[in-house]
Amino acid sequence: MSERSGLRLVVLQVLVVSLLATLLGRLWFLQVLVSDRYKGFADANTVRQVVTPAVRGQILDDQGRPLARNRTAMVVSVNRVVMDKEPDGGKALVTRLAGLLRKPQAELWNRTRLCGPESKIIGCWRGSPYQPIPITDQADSTAAQQILERREDFPGVNAELTAIREYPAPLGANAAHLIGYLGPVTDAELAKRSGSGAKGATDLQQTDQTGRAGLEAQYDDLLRGTPGVRKVAVDIAGKVANEVSDQPSVPGNYLVTSLDSKVQAVTEQALAEAIRNARTKGDPNKRGKTFTADSGAAVVMDVRTGRVVAMASYPDYDLKVWDNGLSAAENTALTAPSSNYPLISRATQGDFAPASTFKVVSTSAIAKAGYPLGASYDCPSSYTVGNRRISNYESEGYGVISLQRALEVSCDTVWYKIAYEQWLKDGGLGPKKPADIFITMAKAYGLGKRTGIDLPDENSGRVIDRAYKKETWAKKKTIWCARAVKEKATATTEHDRLVAAIDQENCDTYYQYRAGDAVNFAIGQGDTVVTPLQMARVYSAVANGGTLWTPQLATAELRPDGTVVRRFAPKKAGTLPVSAQTLAFLRQSLTGVTTVGTGKGPFLGFPLAAVPVASKTGTGEVAGKDSTSWFTSFAPSNAPQYAVVMMVSQGGTGSGISGPGVRKIYEALYGISGSTVTPAKAAIPGVVPPTALPRVTPDGTVIAPRSTAPAAPASPGPASTAVAATAALTVDPRASTRSRGGGVA
Amino acid sequence: MSVGYQAPRLRTSGGLRDRVMRREGTLRRLDWVLILAVLALSVLGSLMVWSATQSKPALVGADPTAYLKRNIINLAIGLVLGAATTLFDYRALRAYAPVVYVASVIGLLAVLSPLGSTINGAHSWIVLPGGQSIQPAEFAKVALVVGLAMVLSEKRDGEDEPRDIDVLQALVLAAVPLGLIMLQPDLGTGLVIGFLILGMIAVSGAPARWVVGLIAAVVLGGFVVVQGGVLQDYQVKRLTSFVNPSADQKGAGYNTAQARIAIGSGGVTGYGLFNGPQTNGGFVPEQQTDFIFTVAGEELGLVGAGGLVGLLGLVLWRGSRIASRAPDLFGRLVAVGVVCWFAFQAFENIGMCLGIMPVTGVPLPFISYGGSSTFANLMAVGLLLNVHQGRYA
Repeated sequence: MSERSGLRLVVLQVLVVSLLATLLGRLWFLQVLVSDRYKGFADANTVRQVVTPAVRGQILDDQGRPLARNRTAMVVSVNRVVMDKEPDGGKALVTRLAGLLRKPQAELWNRTRLCGPESKIIGCWRGSPYQPIPITDQADSTAAQQILERREDFPGVNAELTAIREYPAPLGANAAHLIGYLGPVTDAELAKRSGSGAKGATDLQQTDQTGRAGLEAQYDDLLRGTPGVRKVAVDIAGKVANEVSDQPSVPGNYLVTSLDSKVQAVTEQALAEAIRNARTKGDPNKRGKTFTADSGAAVVMDVRTGRVVAMASYPDYDLKVWDNGLSAAENTALTAPSSNYPLISRATQGDFAPASTFKVVSTSAIAKAGYPLGASYDCPSSYTVGNRRISNYESEGYGVISLQRALEVSCDTVWYKIAYEQWLKDGGLGPKKPADIFITMAKAYGLGKRTGIDLPDENSGRVIDRAYKKETWAKKKTIWCARAVKEKATATTEHDRLVAAIDQENCDTYYQYRAGDAVNFAIGQGDTVVTPLQMARVYSAVANGGTLWTPQLATAELRPDGTVVRRFAPKKAGTLPVSAQTLAFLRQSLTGVTTVGTGKGPFLGFPLAAVPVASKTGTGEVAGKDSTSWFTSFAPSNAPQYAVVMMVSQGGTGSGISGPGVRKIYEALYGISGSTVTPAKAAIPGVVPPTALPRVTPDGTVIAPRSTAPAAPASPGPASTAVAATAALTVDPRASTRSRGGGVA
Repeated sequence: MSVGYQAPRLRTSGGLRDRVMRREGTLRRLDWVLILAVLALSVLGSLMVWSATQSKPALVGADPTAYLKRNIINLAIGLVLGAATTLFDYRALRAYAPVVYVASVIGLLAVLSPLGSTINGAHSWIVLPGGQSIQPAEFAKVALVVGLAMVLSEKRDGEDEPRDIDVLQALVLAAVPLGLIMLQPDLGTGLVIGFLILGMIAVSGAPARWVVGLIAAVVLGGFVVVQGGVLQDYQVKRLTSFVNPSADQKGAGYNTAQARIAIGSGGVTGYGLFNGPQTNGGFVPEQQTDFIFTVAGEELGLVGAGGLVGLLGLVLWRGSRIASRAPDLFGRLVAVGVVCWFAFQAFENIGMCLGIMPVTGVPLPFISYGGSSTFANLMAVGLLLNVHQGRYA
């Protein structure tokens, strides 16, 4: 054998060794370096997740009545992925289903369509296309059985008993704006939430429903629970070989709220009635003139905690519309302009000029600025600011009167004069370190800022200050200037010329804080707007001695077995920079409003001696529209417990329309019928909101809390001192007026 | 046990027992390292076949050990064939080479005739009346090793190295079965045979131009075959899926992707025998044959799969040791042919499972399930042992 042969054999051996080394190297790479990645792929291959949705926690009212609970229903769902693979896109399938379920084919078909950004399909599906799409929860068991047995006719269709959210509206309390509703989780939410690791964020599954509004959205994490995930190993045919892991679902927790269904129902009815009266019977103060009364809101707040006992908004809607997807008619009823947008909660999302109800803020401001509360003030029928004459309401003059009387009769000119004085003091059009006492006080009362109530999408209202005017002018001046030029050129009538002049003035000088802005602000008119909830908080703070609470609905979180996870303590947002004397003066004056002032009318015959009510009316003028009717109040004014506020947009006067509504609410709160007070008939057992929680027994039964005896007020402090002062006075308001000069101010 | 000729120098005074047990007897002239390595691989292979099939009722029916049993029967037959090849007289091998060669060509022709059957896209099988199927291409490898060694080592005019005419003769000889195999088509076996031819011609001492020329021809041929439409669609897909495995995850790339998932997820120590989720779930196709290495990868991990490669390395080392110590060029070339065959076939098969070689259906020697390949492999080991014995002749 040649040397060449031997040499080549060695070369061959080297080649073989290198081939083997290549294999070992590659093996090491796959099994050591990137093994984890392949383990992931392997799991994706062999492990399937079976997700059991968690039962969502209930929402309870203060007595343990369920505002939101679950019922079991036979839900029929279709699988879009399977459906799309049908030759006709599933049309025949849906037609067969429609026949079986006795539903219109078009309606079911729409249910299976996906909602796009521009989708006009009514009842379309908002969730993921990879999730079974429920098309009805009203299938009977015969239909369900047919679906399951005739798989070949109903590919991808499933029928199973499913927990469905239900809003039972106890005692007729709708509370749609407070409770909210659910919607299927979207792909975007899934992407955002999975692996976010955020505290309290439970993993979302494709089958989940999440809160879309109200408490359902606000406390979604608390209510939703954790879906159960069973992982099974499957073979290539999808057959289950064995169970890898099983994490059972954890039901969501219960949310106890301070809402009282009975008070809520009464509040809703009182508001609806006030609106009906404004539209049909008309305002007694206006000789029966009827009003548009397009919307309204009412709030009942516990002044000692800031907890919301009831909150209504008109128009409202029935939460049941969400049960089966929206029908065309329901969709119109919710979103068409003619429906006046019932989805919007006027109590937290409506912006309205506070009008005279703002005067508690103005009074606080001037008292702080050193104006004596016991002095007398001139109340002419009109007052001239610069070159503009502004009139009192209905151009009535009262002469020289006390400040309390000015509040009782809601005299505007007193405030015009003081506001103008203050404006001049601040430097007029050339301000030098302006004090802006009214603006500062309005902000101290929490206006222009969200109250922080535990509901989503609250409005902040708006306090018109100097900075706001400058910013707005910078943003809008070009529009105003251009419009003024155009309007001047085309103006034919006096009105046209006025409009043009206003635009020209805004174009030139809107950035200035003008005298008109200052005087309008002092009586709650102009561009300053508040939400009814903000006003309820303002009057609660006056009532409780100066504590500004963060309004709250939640009182506790319970496990389904009844153990208390946590209680939501009242949250203090701040203390008013207002002296105890001023607050006592306000409580006394507002009590006078109900006995001898503008609030007297609606409370004629009301047992004010037993339940003294402090109130303030407001009639907000809105250009080109009917006026806004406000009635703000708290009671009992000698030991305040509840603040009740009602507002009817385009509803007429405060005392004529909202006042009677507020009275109805007090009658329910205190068990009043005519002029007799029967505490046993009070809406809330024990008259005051319960401090104890409803109990949930392990078997799911809810037991109402034992009623709290109407004991002495729990918290001493400014409130009770004030109570002592007013208690003696309420017997004869006029007597108190006389004694006030020496006693309180 | 020798058939035909008696080895002249063998001292024949004793009986068979004496002959076998003597100092220079048959047993002592065997390469026991090679034998033990092959037996170890065979046992390992049986376990792998068992594990790959025990969880698949579609394959094994009611008896999870059905494939294991058949594999053991195959091994038993293969060992008998191997032993026969070992004991066959060394010199007589040469004389019988033409017979073996012709027989294998006839077998390959039979496959292409109506007798042949198509399994997995390749018309490579003859199904016997008993349900057994044989793959003549496997036996053709044995025949070619012996045939080529004979032609290339035939001495003329006292020259030590094959002349051009010998090389040409060898190529013509090889071209016939190779062509028949490519007609089936069985690309994998064709590649193995190509590598085997190349190795044998190179080690025969043939002029360098032949070696270089053949390498160039293989590269060019490969290019033409892939680009020129000679291959079937499925073969092109398999080949290109190797270049870009993610291109067609559900189709051609699926097999290799699943193979890598099984091996990669095995990690260092594996899931343990019979415990591989991918294997038990049936995610890797053709797992008892072409993709058997994935069972070792998933269930035995780097330790087991690396050990398997190591055992194959041991076999190849012993084979090339036999080649370098062979008594003559014929013996050396036979050993080289077997080494090239095993080496390339193992590399091609494992490389395919690891995603570094294209998918061509060749079995992994000693591990994959399959009668014909088991028989052929063990006969090839018998050839190595026979050459080893020749040293002592």
